[in-house]
Amino acid sequence: MSDSLIDAPAGSGAEQSAVAASLTPIGAGAAGLASPHVVRRGGEFVHYAVRNPKLLFGLALEALFVLGAIIGPIISPHNATDLFRSYLHPSAQHWLGTNNIGNDLFAQLVYGLRDSYLVGALGALCASAIGMALGFIAGYRGGWLDEVLQMVTNIMVMIPSLVLLIVIGAYLTTRGVLFEGVFIGLTTWPWVARAVRAQTFTLRSRDFVDLARLSGKRPAAIVVRDIAPNMASYLFLVVVLLFGSSMLLAASYDFLGLGPTNGISLGTMMNQAMLWSALQLHTWWWFVAPGVVLTGMVVALLIANVGLDEVFNPKLRSQ
Amino acid sequence: MRRYFSRKLLTYVLTFFVGATVDWGIPHLMPGNPVQLYLSNFDLQPAGYASLYKTMSQAYGTNLPLWDQYLHFWDGLLHANLGVSIYDFPSEVTTLIWHALPYTLALLVPAITLSYMLGNRLGALAARRKLLDNTVLPVGYLFQATPYPWLALALPFLLGYVWHVFPISGAYSNTLLPALSLTFFWSLLDHWFLPFLTVFLVSLGGWAIGMRNLVIYELENDSSRYLRALGGTERLVRKYAYRNASLPQLSGLALALGVVIGGNIVAEIAFQYPGLGFLIYNAIEREDYFLLQGIFIFIIVGVLVANFVIDIIYLIVDPRTRLSMQGATA
Repeated sequence: MSDSLIDAPAGSGAEQSAVAASLTPIGAGAAGLASPHVVRRGGEFVHYAVRNPKLLFGLALEALFVLGAIIGPIISPHNATDLFRSYLHPSAQHWLGTNNIGNDLFAQLVYGLRDSYLVGALGALCASAIGMALGFIAGYRGGWLDEVLQMVTNIMVMIPSLVLLIVIGAYLTTRGVLFEGVFIGLTTWPWVARAVRAQTFTLRSRDFVDLARLSGKRPAAIVVRDIAPNMASYLFLVVVLLFGSSMLLAASYDFLGLGPTNGISLGTMMNQAMLWSALQLHTWWWFVAPGVVLTGMVVALLIANVGLDEVFNPKLRSQ
Repeated sequence: MRRYFSRKLLTYVLTFFVGATVDWGIPHLMPGNPVQLYLSNFDLQPAGYASLYKTMSQAYGTNLPLWDQYLHFWDGLLHANLGVSIYDFPSEVTTLIWHALPYTLALLVPAITLSYMLGNRLGALAARRKLLDNTVLPVGYLFQATPYPWLALALPFLLGYVWHVFPISGAYSNTLLPALSLTFFWSLLDHWFLPFLTVFLVSLGGWAIGMRNLVIYELENDSSRYLRALGGTERLVRKYAYRNASLPQLSGLALALGVVIGGNIVAEIAFQYPGLGFLIYNAIEREDYFLLQGIFIFIIVGVLVANFVIDIIYLIVDPRTRLSMQGATA
């Protein structure tokens, strides 16, 4: 449920009351807004960060998977394309068993981890770059440009990402991991644009922004130096959530058989398990591991995200 | 009010236009020519190839200039003519979609509404209640982070293949013919449950967590403090907190539609449930591009209709918009 990951930081929906919330349907957080000029509070954040069990737990769990992605292929005794006997149960030889043609599933899994992280990172990067750019421009400039950009956003938000990706993917004969990540980013940015626009809109009429304008700064500089830092924590949370949702979207996409044609991903493993009757043959080890690992990767992100929210937002700390 | 609706309407019309244009544009702007691509499947003599190429280009209109093809596309679309399916050859695309649509709606509508209602209730209950919160929160995150394809494999494996509680695939038992009988209805329900559960569970977590967070924020709001100071019971305070929190949740529902639709496609494919998602899968497998285009348009229209319904519910639920409709100032 990638977009519903958006709901996660809603608790930080700090000051915006229902009025503003109708602008940001996400009700998403104004963690940074809670205290303008938080730019040099790094030390305080670290103080709370190392004392936040949710953040530490989430980070530790995520670090485990990242470690698996980095050193997994090195410690794996086999390559993802090596052939052994088919349908071997998990054992000391083959930690996660083998599939129908005898590939070692642990080797596939650790390669799939890398691809998942790559797709997630690319998707998050593209979506947040586009969403922030459009959100800042629309929110800061206002006027007709805002109207146009809002219309574009409202249109894009209604076109379901996965369906659009399916139509694009169906016409391509070769698909790479990079392509997948970028295209996911190109379809998931609208809600970021909406949220960033709403936040920029409330910040732009603050005194310190007026002052910056009076001092003759260029608009781009004002956005980068005065507005963005005040929502930095929020933007950070957005990137984390996009990261998780991109990985989930990629898994669904790969499951439809539209995954990278030149590699193995967690979604492709599940796709192959379905196609080659893993359910009927009770070869549960084929699809259990990729799903559990992916769930773990995303859960870790979500929990770390809640922790981060508490670190950034003083209102949530005491509880 | 008129302004609000005319704006919304404009967005819907533009979305349909953009959606249809993208739908038409993707295959036309991709490298390669569909007739060429199709003919490359056969081992043809050059002369035969040339004549076949000419005939087929004329038949499909691919020899016309792009703008002309685009106009033809709209002409067909506005006459509800989406072309003829390739994999189920003589059938019209619209017929295939009409047959699949009830199954998709039977999954989607209950999954969306039930997960939304139940998730919101659960989340509101859990907010600021230590014991309940400690179960709802982790379980909610777990559901939310579960990939649809995994649930769509794990559920039928456990409940179907290992414990034999539910059937695994199809929309009804293949020993039955569709009829207005209790056995048939029961079979439908039996086959419906697992794909429904897949879509339902993932959404449930998201709604519960979203509502929990919003209610916590509302409970600390000045209005809640004021209500408590006036002597309002905790029950009353929570009631108002819930109502305030429902508005952003409702807008979130419109945003979440795309994801639920995606999850539904995955579930239908895994369970071979004969809805639009399964049709998409078949269309991809058999390279039936007309069918794929038709389904895309249909899904866009479906999302627009759902958004319109949510807009209206929002108007009903939000007292401020109601007041402004009557000319009062809130």
